[in-house]
Amino acid sequence: MDALPTTRTCAILDRDGLQALIAALAARGYQVLGPVLRDGAILYDEIAGLADLPAGWTDRQAPGRYRLERRADEALFGFAVGPQSWKRFLHPPVETLWRAQQGEGGLLFSTAAGPSPRYAFLGVRACELHAIAIQDRVFCEGPYPEPGYAERRRDAFIVAVNCAEAGDTCFCASMDCGPQAEDGFDLALTELIDETRHAFLVEVGSAAGEELLTGLPRRAAADAERAAAAAVVARTASQMGRRLDTAGLKELLQDNPEHPRWSEVAERCLSCANCTMVCPTCFCTTVEDRGDLAGSSAERVRKWDSCFTLDFSYLHGGSVRQSARARYRQWMTHKLASWIDQFGTSGCVGCGRCITWCPVGIDITEEAAAIRATLPEPRGEDHGGH
Amino acid sequence: MNRRPRLAVWKFASCDGCQLSLLDCEDELLLLAEAVQIANFAEASSAMEGGPYDLSLVEGSITTAHDAERIRKVRRQSKFLVTIGACATAGGIQALRNFADVNDFVAAVYASPQYIETLATSTPISAHVPVDFELRGCPINKAQLLEVISAFLAGRKPAIAAHSVCIECKQRGTVCVMVQGTPCLGPVTHAGCGALCPSYRRGCYGCYGPMETPNTEALAREWTALGAAPRDIRRAFHTFNAWAPAFREEGEAHDD
Repeated sequence: MDALPTTRTCAILDRDGLQALIAALAARGYQVLGPVLRDGAILYDEIAGLADLPAGWTDRQAPGRYRLERRADEALFGFAVGPQSWKRFLHPPVETLWRAQQGEGGLLFSTAAGPSPRYAFLGVRACELHAIAIQDRVFCEGPYPEPGYAERRRDAFIVAVNCAEAGDTCFCASMDCGPQAEDGFDLALTELIDETRHAFLVEVGSAAGEELLTGLPRRAAADAERAAAAAVVARTASQMGRRLDTAGLKELLQDNPEHPRWSEVAERCLSCANCTMVCPTCFCTTVEDRGDLAGSSAERVRKWDSCFTLDFSYLHGGSVRQSARARYRQWMTHKLASWIDQFGTSGCVGCGRCITWCPVGIDITEEAAAIRATLPEPRGEDHGGH
Repeated sequence: MNRRPRLAVWKFASCDGCQLSLLDCEDELLLLAEAVQIANFAEASSAMEGGPYDLSLVEGSITTAHDAERIRKVRRQSKFLVTIGACATAGGIQALRNFADVNDFVAAVYASPQYIETLATSTPISAHVPVDFELRGCPINKAQLLEVISAFLAGRKPAIAAHSVCIECKQRGTVCVMVQGTPCLGPVTHAGCGALCPSYRRGCYGCYGPMETPNTEALAREWTALGAAPRDIRRAFHTFNAWAPAFREEGEAHDD
């Protein structure tokens, strides 16, 4: 792992400095969201200060398994990623798009929602920065940007945290999406904790970050502290629980729609859609139109949807993807291959949520490896052609 | 010709809980009474008018020869027939008789079993007459019932999703209890309750029956991995929706 970019402004915040950061964000009118302990997991929710953070807790993750454990220290960010991602706030699971009322001159339409809160996210990991960048491409680029998302995204203040722990299901390093937060943040923290200190190296990533940091109690970062922060990230990179070999992966999946592994995984797949719900890049939605009993008003509600439901591919006469085989293949091939055709990058950032939160522990890295293992070297790697 | 559609509510073998959810719609009840003419609803009024009816809501399963005949009469008088609840859509908890000898139950329960005249099975309404829409649940969700009635009045398809309970858990932000070690039927169960039990850190009991594409075998394997005995798995699948084919077969694959 390379040393931190030296061109960035760095400083050291102690715990009081981090508390001041949260307070400064709140004072600027942000709704500050960060990791909290709830229901046996680390979730993202509103925080008022350091006391709300999961001090001294970590997570143990495996395919289909998640448990919290006490740490030996009081680290505030000493865990990998939990079941929720920031998608929940930028691209909410249920959103009313408009309402209509029968008026004297016909239907009167109104936009349903008031303005969204201005969010400040504390503790955004490198994989999540990449996921947000992917959703930015989906929602903000092209001829029809999604105005609600674009507004929430524009107003969001992002405090990243470099990971000090890699989970057993993490594989961001092999996706080139972490664990170092490189871009897409206003401020980025690295937690430095040992017997002698508990402090945060903070890097500036934007003018807004610079402006905020200027008002906080802080001191200059020593070279040794920069080196210690780089060492934290380097250690995490070496501890990845999993790896996804991306060489020629797009061709491997797109060229093998009839591979027997698709039938094998379909026997285990529940089509429950959990993988798509927890994925920080999956963006699909459905809309429901509802009218009231009197027929005088109606509303259109948008909800997260999944390519694992039958309705998702319902065309005239039925669902196009009747089998679990077809649905799993669609999801994985889109995520890892046709996403590249569509948006220019893979749809996977290696956060491992789809592995941990699959009730039967299906592992996307294992499925890709199984298809690769039974084939000759894919042509993308062999012949250098992509 | 601007008459209100005529609504009828019918009870077969059931606990009345589902039709009571109609009376439970306190805020919407007056609106409903304006939108439809409630022509036959014994639970609500003794003033019962004859058919034909535009919409019949049918609660309960068929457990007697008399009811098997009565549902045909209801069907003949009804333009649309919607079944509500696990009894009407799957046979209900009383379909447990289908796995044993009903005479043993009758002898065990009643002091004078000679007065009981019943069929050997409890079956859903759809096993007897064509059904236009099935609303799942034990009990049904009253918001979904209003949606079905509103959709009928507007002549559109009801917005009732047939996917897993998991999507509802994720929409409301509930942490997956199964991944945290609690066996849950949510991944194979039809949505509609709003993922109530997992929000109280309990596994799903399967009240809404099988979802559209239930892989019960894969789920049962995972239950076993979490420590569930064959008897636990059989009993989990054989409750309110025991006679729904996917749950029936998976339960039967495990010893009691």
